[in-house]
Amino acid sequence: MIALIDYGAGNLTSVRKALAALGAEHRTPAAPGELADARVIIVPGVGHFAATARLEAAWRAAILARVDAGCTLLGVCVGMQWLYEGSTEAPDVPGLGLLRGRCERLPDRDPSGARLKVPHVGWNALEPRRSSPLLDGIEPGSQVYFTHSYAAPVTEDTVAATEYGIRFAALVARGRVAGMQFHPEKSGTAGLRLLRNFLEGVPAQSDAVETDHRLSRRP
Amino acid sequence: MLSKRIIACLDVRNGVVVKGVQFEGLRSAGDPAALARRYNVEGIDELVILDVTATIEGRRALADTIGAVAREIFIPLTVGGGIRSEADADAAVEAGADKVSLNTAALETPELLTRLANRYGSQAVIVAIDAKRANGGYAVYARSGQAAASRDAVEWAREAESRGAGEILLTSIDRDGTRSGFDCEMTAAVSNAVSIPVIASGGAGGFDDFVDVFTRGAADAALAASIFHYAESAVHDLKVHLRAHGIPVRL
Repeated sequence: MIALIDYGAGNLTSVRKALAALGAEHRTPAAPGELADARVIIVPGVGHFAATARLEAAWRAAILARVDAGCTLLGVCVGMQWLYEGSTEAPDVPGLGLLRGRCERLPDRDPSGARLKVPHVGWNALEPRRSSPLLDGIEPGSQVYFTHSYAAPVTEDTVAATEYGIRFAALVARGRVAGMQFHPEKSGTAGLRLLRNFLEGVPAQSDAVETDHRLSRRP
Repeated sequence: MLSKRIIACLDVRNGVVVKGVQFEGLRSAGDPAALARRYNVEGIDELVILDVTATIEGRRALADTIGAVAREIFIPLTVGGGIRSEADADAAVEAGADKVSLNTAALETPELLTRLANRYGSQAVIVAIDAKRANGGYAVYARSGQAAASRDAVEWAREAESRGAGEILLTSIDRDGTRSGFDCEMTAAVSNAVSIPVIASGGAGGFDDFVDVFTRGAADAALAASIFHYAESAVHDLKVHLRAHGIPVRL
């Protein structure tokens, strides 16, 4: 079962329609206790990092417990940023800390000094950084749809980066945790393929031996 | 590099596209979903469904139209025309719209922008500004260009941004329907005054008009309707043309 987390940040209709188009059965749990039978958890999101604060302690604990139990987790847009330690957008709101790094505001100048609009809105290219089943069937330079003002740094978890003034993490994976800064549900056939690649990776990953999906500093 | 976006507008009344319904090769001429499908195959970056209906029955048909398009096409979908309240926006979003576009309602009740931005995020809120040149500035009009709003487009765009709008859809009343090119000066004036994307609209006649509006006009996106309706593969050909002129596009 795929659990789609609704924490009141925007609308889930598009994500639901994309999952339905892929034939992926899903539901939206009303309480953390309903995550018990989830094999996949998707944290969508648009808007402000502070909205993730609505996922209070009980949700955080339930999601982390499910990931520990072998569940696969995907964060989209702000949902991906939430996987990190935090964001300068809302310094007092902690992220889940499953991925190392903090999200920062995109620059409003490119390296040549030309003005850049922030938010970064529209189609931009994915630049693969390493091989991953998530990129099956995705040509280098394939474009996906973004709408965001904050972004995560490029680290060893980055599967594909995107350039907008700086290079930032667009597609990330670490153990059973994955993130997409773009909106796969709005990125045409490339987006649906990326979502499908993620879902197809789920059974193999949940059979895998314990991976380092948590940072070592976490208890 | 961020691509410049090409957006197709579908004017819909009672569930039927009311412009460009007679092109060949489309089985259900006038069916918004069929037209959206064709644009999607040609590589359109976004779709706007503009509702030109005034009746309750038409409104219900609109929800069906949005749903039919959103079910099978996974690119950003904006719905505009007649969105006057949070309830109207809710209905559009519930049906599958990713963004709603407000014009007259935003001028009359600017706080509505903030309420919708808080509810759905700024990325879901577009302010449509219809303006024409007047006294060295750009006068804003409400009610489909019928009522002067006593505001300047640059100043209104700035206010809309500060109230939570995530994009500006700027239409030149002077150029609309003329096919004489976008108003690049007006587009640049607004685009350079705000940090949010500006979508240029009104006056698209040929491919070079798009080159102009993305360079001189500093537009982030350009919207057109009939130029795409009448020629098979116009969207793809336009993007090839733009790329040949050094403009980044998604091909």
